[in-house]
Amino acid sequence: MTAAARAPIGPMLVRQTWTEFLKLWRVPAFSATSLALPVMFYAFIGVGQASQPLTRGSHITFGAYFLASMAVYAVANVMIFSFGISVATERGMKMDLLMRATPLPPQVYLLSRCITAIVFAALTLVVLFPFAYVAGGVRLDLSEWFTLTYRVLLGSIPFIALGFAIGYLSGPNSAVAVVNLIYLPTAFASGLFFPRGLLPDIIKLISPYLPLYRFGQLGWDAIGAPTSDNVATDWLYLAAYGVAFFAIAVWAFRREEGRKFS
Amino acid sequence: MTPAAQLIDATKKYGAVEALKGVTLNIELGEVVAMLGPNGAGKTTSISLLLGLRKPSSGRALLFGLDPNNLTARSRVGVMLQESGIPAMLKVREIVDLFRSYYPKPLPGDRAIAMAGLEEKDGALVKELSGGQRQRLYFALAICGDPEVLFLDEPTVGMDVEGRRSFIERIADFAHMGRTVVLTTHYLEEADQLAKRVVVIDRGVVIADASPEEIKSKVAGKRVRFSAPALTENDLEGLPITGATTTNNTVQLLTNEPEAVLRELFRRGLEISELEVAGADLEDAFIALTSRGEAR
Repeated sequence: MTAAARAPIGPMLVRQTWTEFLKLWRVPAFSATSLALPVMFYAFIGVGQASQPLTRGSHITFGAYFLASMAVYAVANVMIFSFGISVATERGMKMDLLMRATPLPPQVYLLSRCITAIVFAALTLVVLFPFAYVAGGVRLDLSEWFTLTYRVLLGSIPFIALGFAIGYLSGPNSAVAVVNLIYLPTAFASGLFFPRGLLPDIIKLISPYLPLYRFGQLGWDAIGAPTSDNVATDWLYLAAYGVAFFAIAVWAFRREEGRKFS
Repeated sequence: MTPAAQLIDATKKYGAVEALKGVTLNIELGEVVAMLGPNGAGKTTSISLLLGLRKPSSGRALLFGLDPNNLTARSRVGVMLQESGIPAMLKVREIVDLFRSYYPKPLPGDRAIAMAGLEEKDGALVKELSGGQRQRLYFALAICGDPEVLFLDEPTVGMDVEGRRSFIERIADFAHMGRTVVLTTHYLEEADQLAKRVVVIDRGVVIADASPEEIKSKVAGKRVRFSAPALTENDLEGLPITGATTTNNTVQLLTNEPEAVLRELFRRGLEISELEVAGADLEDAFIALTSRGEAR
C-alpha cells in the first residue's frame, strides 16, 4: 500500500474544525446566547455596583469579582452546551452513522470538537472582557488578565467531558432540559451569580463539592479575591471531576457503540 | 485478486431476530451489483456488515480483504446510507469539501457537485434543499472521495419518477468509469437498468444470484394479461403457468408457453378481452421467486 492510501491528518483536522465551528456559529440559539448571556448578566448584576469594594475595606471591586464569575460561567456554558446539546442532536439525526462509514479517524473528530469548543470559549471572553473594562470599569494587572484567561480555559476541560457524557446519555429532545436542570442550579449554588455568603446554609454546605464552585474559586483567586482553599486544592478537585466525567463519557460512548454498531 | 467486498457465511442476529442466516457473497472490482429484496429481507444488514457499521454474529465481512473498520479499506469506499442526517446549517460546498478531506485522492469539488447535479445549489444551506436535492447531496458525498467501490442503500427512496430516472443515470455514469457499485433497492427496474448481476435476498438468505436476464428466464419468459369478468378458479386448472394474479377483472399469468396457455383458454371457451402478451420483467420474476420462498 502506498503512502497515499490514507488522507493526511493535518488538513483533515483543519477542515473538520472549521466545519464544526461554522456548524455552531450558524445556530443562533447557541452562538448568540453563549456570547450574549454572560454580558447581559454582567450588565444586570455587575455594572450597577461594579465600583463597590467586594467586602468592606477590600481593594477588590465587585466588578472584578463578578467578571471572574461570569468568565467561569460563560466558558463552562460553552463546553456543556456545545458538547451536550450538539452531540445529542447529531445522534438524533443519525449523523454519526454516516461519519462512521467514512475514513475519518474518530480521534480527529473528537479533537476538532474540543478545539472548536475552546475557540468558542475564548470568543466569549473576547466579548466579556472589554465589556467589563468599559461598562464596569474593571482594571486588572496584565498578569491578572492573563491568569484569569488561562485558568478559565484550562479549567473548562472537565466540563468538555461532562458535556460529552450528557450528549451521549440524553436524547436529542431532552438534552436542553437536562443541561439547564444541571447547569443553572449548580451555577447559582456555586456562587457564580451571588456571592456564596448570601446563599442558604444548606447550599453553603454542598457548594464546596460542586465542580463549578472549584472552577469559580480559580477565577476569583486569579483577580485577587479571597477564596476558601488554596489554588492547588481547587485544581485537584477539578482534575478528579474531570477524570470522573471522562469515565462516564467513555462508558456512555461505549454503551452507544454496543447498541448501534455491534 | 482480492474481491472488493466479501461476506463469508455471515449471520446477524438482532436479539432473537435472525436478519441474516448465513450469506456468502463475493463482489469483484468493476462489478455493478444490485441487491434486491422486500423490506426486512436483510439488504441493509448486508451492507452494514460490509461497511463495518455492524458486526456479524458469525462468519466474516471483508472489504478489500481487510476488516471493514480499517481506515485504509474505508478510504477506497464511498457510501450513501438510508436515513442518515447532515447538519442543516452547512452549505453544500462546505460539506462536500469536508468529506473530500477524508480521502487521499478526492475528486475536485466542482466535479463531484456537477456529477450529482447540484451546481446551482453550490452555496445553498442544507436546510434549503428539497428531498431529492438532499439525496443528490448524499450522492455527492459518496463519490467525492473518488471511491473504487460505491455502496448505495436505497438511493432513490422517496424520489418521484423523473428524479429517479435521472438519478439512475448519474449512478450509471459513475459505474461507467469502471467503478464497483453495490446498491440495494426494491425498485426492480433500477436493478434491471443498472446491474449486470442481481442478488435476490429474502428472509436473510440469498435465493438467487445471477444476471437480470437469467433471473427473468429462470422464472417465466412471458406474461399473459387479459380481462375476464367471468373467470373462475377452475378455468386456470392445469395450465402450464408459474404464477397467477387476479386484480379486479384483470388476470395476469406467468408462463414459458404462452401459446399453449392461450390455446387451452380458448378451447375452454373463456370470454377474454384486452389480451396482452409481453416479456416478463424483473418485478414478475421477483414476485415469483419470493413467493416460491413462501411455499418453502
